[in-house]
Amino acid sequence: MSGTTQDKTLDQWAASEYKWGFTTDIESDTIAPGLSEEVIRLISAKKEEPEWMTQWRLNAYRGWLTMTEPTWPNVHYPKIDYQAISYFSAPKSDSDRPKSLDEVDPKLLETYEKLGIPLQERAILAGMAVDAVFDSVSVATTFKAKLGELGIIFCSFSEAVREHPDLVQKYLGSVVPQKDNFFAALNSAVFTDGSFVYIPKGVKCPMELSTYFRINALNTGQFERTLIIADEGAQVSYLEGCTAPMRDENQLHAAVVELVALKDATIKYSTIQNWYPGDKDGKGGIYNFVTKRGKCLGDDSRISWTQVETGSAITWKYPSVILQGDNSIGEFYSVALTNNRQQADTGTKMIHIGKNTSSYIVSKGISAGLGNNTYRGQVKVLRGATNARNYTQCDSMLMGDKCSANTFPYIEVDNPSAQVEHEASTSKIGEEQLFYCNQRGISTQDAVSMIVNGFCKEVFAELPMEFAVEAKKLLEVSLEGSVG
Amino acid sequence: MAPLLQITNLHAGIDGVEILRGVNLTVNPGEVHSIMGPNGSGKSTLARVLAGQKSYQVTQGSILYNGRDLLEMEPDERAGEGVFLAFQYPLEIPGVSTKYFIKAALNAIRKRRGLEELDAFEFLTFVKERAKLVDLDMALLDRNVNEGFSGGEKKRAEIFQMAVLEPRLAILDETDSGLDIDALKTVAEGVNMLRGPERATIIVTHYQRLLNYIVPDFVHVLMGGRIVKSGGKELALALEEKGYAWTENKADATVNVATVNV
Repeated sequence: MSGTTQDKTLDQWAASEYKWGFTTDIESDTIAPGLSEEVIRLISAKKEEPEWMTQWRLNAYRGWLTMTEPTWPNVHYPKIDYQAISYFSAPKSDSDRPKSLDEVDPKLLETYEKLGIPLQERAILAGMAVDAVFDSVSVATTFKAKLGELGIIFCSFSEAVREHPDLVQKYLGSVVPQKDNFFAALNSAVFTDGSFVYIPKGVKCPMELSTYFRINALNTGQFERTLIIADEGAQVSYLEGCTAPMRDENQLHAAVVELVALKDATIKYSTIQNWYPGDKDGKGGIYNFVTKRGKCLGDDSRISWTQVETGSAITWKYPSVILQGDNSIGEFYSVALTNNRQQADTGTKMIHIGKNTSSYIVSKGISAGLGNNTYRGQVKVLRGATNARNYTQCDSMLMGDKCSANTFPYIEVDNPSAQVEHEASTSKIGEEQLFYCNQRGISTQDAVSMIVNGFCKEVFAELPMEFAVEAKKLLEVSLEGSVG
Repeated sequence: MAPLLQITNLHAGIDGVEILRGVNLTVNPGEVHSIMGPNGSGKSTLARVLAGQKSYQVTQGSILYNGRDLLEMEPDERAGEGVFLAFQYPLEIPGVSTKYFIKAALNAIRKRRGLEELDAFEFLTFVKERAKLVDLDMALLDRNVNEGFSGGEKKRAEIFQMAVLEPRLAILDETDSGLDIDALKTVAEGVNMLRGPERATIIVTHYQRLLNYIVPDFVHVLMGGRIVKSGGKELALALEEKGYAWTENKADATVNVATVNV
């Protein structure tokens, strides 16, 4: 009986979020630029958050005030005025959105076409009013019901704060502390929304969880917060992002993602990031300063990050794993591409704490045009981490002679039984290699994508099948015209 | 019979250095030509100019292929029209299996010829048959293109690709170098099996020994960027015996033998 009521409530919630969530009080829902305790209280109030959440935000904010923006990354951008940003802006009202695809930038549509994105999704990605396009409520509801039967919680972060405060309170900030770094502190103070996932004991999530399913989450804004918890023996694969370049007015993005894997649990987190990289001179692109970290809390747990980063003007991102449980495994597979004036400083951190922990890092950096690509990785083996193993493979590919690739590995070992291996290579797509392909009838365009895909093979192999296909196409489109 | 390839007064070079200084050569369908010459004589340059490598500049002269201006065509278009170059140093493509590569090549070329692409099953059947022709271990097809191949495997793989792509004009650039006698024989068998009235082959080589197994219709000696002597297969034997210096004295007298032969 109560189940039915709950289902009904869920239905209503889904429907209401979706149908009216975007349009209520739009005009009054935008806070004037600037950041202060009042602004944070206001955000918290607008989201109808409990007091503990408000206090948590304020605590982060006070920490942030004492911190300074990091200057060590190998990226360059004009100084950000944090008082010039509006920290809460509701989604655009439908009247501001394009009414039909005819009103959307043809260049954007061309890219969607090349990526083979279904018509309906193109419209959503281009920022059209969702309910003008298609009705996703039934899809979302069926999906939710199925997961609900297994006790899986997959909802917006705001909903989790309201409906599952115990879980949120227990784990929020447990992997990325509020004052972990400048951008994480900022996010902790002002985050708008994001995703929450809880997989109960022994449950293997039967489908890939994807932000794709939550159309309304497309507007979670620039400070996204994600928390994923896999309880003992649970397994989940989570997909973030999509291949289409997303329209977004916000230049600064500072997300935080926390993963917690309890005993015997496995979390696989895959990202395809293709935010607007700016024009060919780098103007108007997104700054992506993200903190992603997982904690293998229990013994025999496993966390795996796979990322394909092709967008953003600046990427600053180090998905990491804290290997606390004995025999836990951390993995990082990454493809980062920089073209034109894009800059990326990305890599991972593997912190070995438990015994017999192992980590595996495969990083593929591709630089084209004037792109600047940096791999920065840390492997740390603490005193108690007996028999820790790490293998790092770090390959860079250069296209043309105006781009650059850098590798900064940091290795700290405090236990003599550790085995740490690092291999690095740099290659260049040479004229000879392209000529060889051309000579076999393969066009330069196809040859470039073939060579690049070959280079990224080990990483693509880690992506779920459809995602891998999209990733390949995405690289092709991103590199169009970069050679020849 | 219209010639398949007609090179007239070809001058070409790299980085402003002229290497070919007036090459004339006519190749008819069905013929096998061998171009011999000492190191640095321009043999490989000729092969690469025919295939269209961009770092070489043609400064004078013309190349007609099948009646069309070959120099106007991009390298991949030339491949589509049936020009194949077996590389002296085949390149590695990490992460791309030989099978995938050859399938992409075959289908790209078939597309240009207005033929349907082969599906996976048709392709595999065809490839197996061709692999047998050059005695290629099928396991090689699952390895990345030329990665970790021995010298002999690389050359064999090139001939295998030639057998799959069935070119009208095959150019073998020093395919014999670095091959042991058994590999040399299989390579030669592969080339011989592909001989036909529609096709022509140009064998660029330093040594005569490959010509023991692939008997050429014509042998040309390239020296100082020109063809200084042309003749039949016996010329190759004479060269082997007397060395390239022997031709140098006779250079002026024999410049145009190649065109005369047509």
